[in-house]
Amino acid sequence: MSKRSVLAVLAALWFAAAIGAQVAQPIEDPAIEARMKNLTKQLRCLVCQNETLADSQAQLAEDLRREIREQIKAGKSDQEILAYATQRYGDFILYNPPVKATTYLLWFGPFLLLVIGTILLFRFLKQRRTMIEAKPLTAEEHRRAEKLLREM
Amino acid sequence: MKKLLFVPLGLFLLLAIAIAVVLIRGRDPHEIPSPLINKAAPAFQLPQLHEPRKTLSAQDMRGKVWLLNFWGTWCIACREEHPLLLDYAKENALPIVGVDYKYSSDNSDERAAAVQLLAQLGNPYSLTVYDDNGRVSIDYGVYGAPESFLIDKQGVIRFKQIGPITEEVWRKSIVPLARQLNNE
Repeated sequence: MSKRSVLAVLAALWFAAAIGAQVAQPIEDPAIEARMKNLTKQLRCLVCQNETLADSQAQLAEDLRREIREQIKAGKSDQEILAYATQRYGDFILYNPPVKATTYLLWFGPFLLLVIGTILLFRFLKQRRTMIEAKPLTAEEHRRAEKLLREM
Repeated sequence: MKKLLFVPLGLFLLLAIAIAVVLIRGRDPHEIPSPLINKAAPAFQLPQLHEPRKTLSAQDMRGKVWLLNFWGTWCIACREEHPLLLDYAKENALPIVGVDYKYSSDNSDERAAAVQLLAQLGNPYSLTVYDDNGRVSIDYGVYGAPESFLIDKQGVIRFKQIGPITEEVWRKSIVPLARQLNNE
């Protein structure tokens, strides 16, 4: 075999192994998997903080998914499972943080900024209007303007 | 009108100062405040690393001020912390209990690796337990080993360190707090 065909065979084997590895995931009840997916989409992976628990490949995320899967099997409600996560990792694990005293600024801050911005804008526009002085043309300027217009 | 000209500059300076303060004095955004501080340490009963037939529970440590340290042989920062822990252990300030966390997706023999590592590099732990599937580690909200919890005589978590216990944290936070809790 030439070097190239050996490489091709190796590549094919590698792909086969990769696909095999995907198929070899434990087969779980699709209903449980769907609930698990829905829950883990709302949770942050704390190892790689900009990823959901559903998408993360971190080993801790895998253990947490297993834990959640087992709790679903044990008949826990979604709320109980989210509470389980926040009791251990705090509200930070939730992508949708609850509205409470410590998160008021987070939730209402943008609206506050919008209101302040609008007020400032209106005040500025009003100020501008008074700053532009109306200066009527004198009779002499009128005559010059008319002359210029006629020449055009 | 001239005055307004300096408003953006002022805002910029305020922003710059705010960012500088957070960068210099603020906490690492990767460090998440633990909801477990001042709460009862989650109960556990785990097999010991060296003698799997024996167990240790949180209850066994009642009446002691102790440090619970989560680590694993796969954890690079733990390797950094290890020589420091060896130094701290010599001071006999408080017992350090290790939890060797094995990810369930990790197919290597973590137990054997941990035993070997401690034999080779020294063992700072009064005792080490083995968390085979991470359940206890998850109960403690561990997400970035090493993580350490200072637990008081009543079994309440009083302090948490995420990442290696630096010399500064040991001297300025853990040792004084342990001394105070021991006198309570």
